[in-house]
Amino acid sequence: MLISDIFEETFFAVLSNKVRSGLTALGIIIGIASVVTMISIGQGTAYDISTKIESLGSNLLTVSPGATKVIGMNAKSATGSADTLVIGDADAIEEKIQGIISVAPEVSSRQQVIIKGSNTNTNIYGVTETYPQVKNVEIELGTFITENNIRRTSKVAVLGPETRDNLFGIGVNPVGEIIRIGSLDFVVIGVTIAKGGSGFGSSDDLIYIPINTAQHYLTGSDSVNNINIQVEDEEKMTLVEEEITTLLLARHGISNIDDIDFNIMNQADILDTVSEIAGTMTLLLGAIAGISLLVGGIGIMNMMLTTVTERTREIGLRKALGAQNKDIILQFLSESVVLTFVGGVLGILLGWAASSFVMKISDTTTIITTWSIILSFGVSAFIGIVFGYYPARRAASFNPITALRYE
Amino acid sequence: MIECKNLTKIYKTGNTETRALWDVSFKIKEGEFVAIIGPSGSGKSTLMHMLGALDTPTSGEYFLDGNDVSNFSDDELAVIRKKKIGFVFQAFNLLPRASVLRNIYLPLVYEEIPREKRYEMADKALKNAGLDKEHYNHLSNQLSGGQMQRVAIARALVNNPALILADEPTGNLDSKTGEVILDTFKKLNKEGRTIILITHEKYIAEHADRVITIKDGEIENDSRKSNQKKIKNIKE
Repeated sequence: MLISDIFEETFFAVLSNKVRSGLTALGIIIGIASVVTMISIGQGTAYDISTKIESLGSNLLTVSPGATKVIGMNAKSATGSADTLVIGDADAIEEKIQGIISVAPEVSSRQQVIIKGSNTNTNIYGVTETYPQVKNVEIELGTFITENNIRRTSKVAVLGPETRDNLFGIGVNPVGEIIRIGSLDFVVIGVTIAKGGSGFGSSDDLIYIPINTAQHYLTGSDSVNNINIQVEDEEKMTLVEEEITTLLLARHGISNIDDIDFNIMNQADILDTVSEIAGTMTLLLGAIAGISLLVGGIGIMNMMLTTVTERTREIGLRKALGAQNKDIILQFLSESVVLTFVGGVLGILLGWAASSFVMKISDTTTIITTWSIILSFGVSAFIGIVFGYYPARRAASFNPITALRYE
Repeated sequence: MIECKNLTKIYKTGNTETRALWDVSFKIKEGEFVAIIGPSGSGKSTLMHMLGALDTPTSGEYFLDGNDVSNFSDDELAVIRKKKIGFVFQAFNLLPRASVLRNIYLPLVYEEIPREKRYEMADKALKNAGLDKEHYNHLSNQLSGGQMQRVAIARALVNNPALILADEPTGNLDSKTGEVILDTFKKLNKEGRTIILITHEKYIAEHADRVITIKDGEIENDSRKSNQKKIKNIKE
């Protein structure tokens, strides 16, 4: 058979039973559409999470104090509660460790912030001028804290956009205004750009002040809450992490690794873990949607078996006229492949529409990648062949004499 | 052109053997018009299946156009049917919901003949079968019985087969239309085509030049028209 003949036969066969062909294709359409949508949601979520993590700074190592051990009791208090890290540790890291771009220690404390007619309770971060570089903070208005501010222990403050909105109102320029933190007055010198994220630990609802101002007036000690280190490139992160561990163990005079009084969090590890989880989730969503695709495939097989039985006499005639087994197989196989193919194309369009809809009505990002389209296309063609082969094979196995007599 | 040597077909159902055909031998020359006649159950259908390369014999040989078809595989038989044999069935067996033209060139589809050439060949076959050009694009189920059988004849002619095998071609037609169809076969025979007509009606068989009578799976009689006339003359 010429390829044009196979298409002609398929065209007439599919169109001669529009309702049945349509319903069968619908099974595939729904199956493919749900696979495409689910994968796009999974991938979108993975993308969301990793961009959020990366927005906190790239190639980041964060050293935080470990747990304090209460002497005489075999119990530990919460991680990060100890005040074992000091500003000197940050300086030592910057001096002695190779392969890092910048070191940004931070001190934080929660304080009541008051202006005339308004007040809020928010996190106050004592930071250095290196902080924006390390933690990807950008300035919307005014300037960030400078080296000069730190040297002079200036009482200046940079507001997060949400804090600005809470205190001064949305979009107001507060630069030059005075705010009261605790019992001290600070001059606002800048506002940062929103990063997204909300609730506890938001990077938009906070106030930055010079680190030594914070230590001097708010916490009253030279300990720090975190030391953020930006490493030159991702491959050096593990090495730098090990070097910092060795350095700090020596500085803190700890010889037994079990007594370690700090933790180092490696951003690359977190990203790996998160993308692994997101990958598993995508797979799970895809697999659930895949079940409906399987059901669609069974629908194809069911329809093809009915078609073959209905057309027994026609098959007998074709064989009597000289059709070989391969001709019959090709004819019926192409029918099921065309049905799944058309269903696949429509399903991808429907899935694309559905994921755009999901993106529109909810916060979830959805991403349709080329590979998810190629995958669902491949799967639908595969289903057409697999579920169409048995009925086609059956048609080809008919004996022409008995098939011609079939009533 | 056609030679059967000791054709035998035995069907086995469980332990019982049925001799559908027993030791049948005959020759048919090119250009002959032969009727095979016999009551139902006589084995004439089995013989037709052998002659039409739809089935192979249990033993014996069948030469069609020089090929010994008796040992061919299913696909080889399909090739023989495609190239050498044109079928006309009692029930017409046209593709429903397909145009007359598509029905006629169906055998050419399996011969992979290019489309332009198909139209030409279908056109010629339709003329030979005596169907008007106006019906070309009609759907086959819109035609009358006689027209359907003409389409079927055109389909049998389209690939220029060595042999046309007609199985009760008038069985589903009224006697008047049947006569016209039989005349068409006669005309085709005069143009040099070999035709085998299978029937159980004696008056239909009489249209042929030679009548082979089958009974209980064996040839009971093989007579030519000229001989029959002679016999009749002697009796008179």
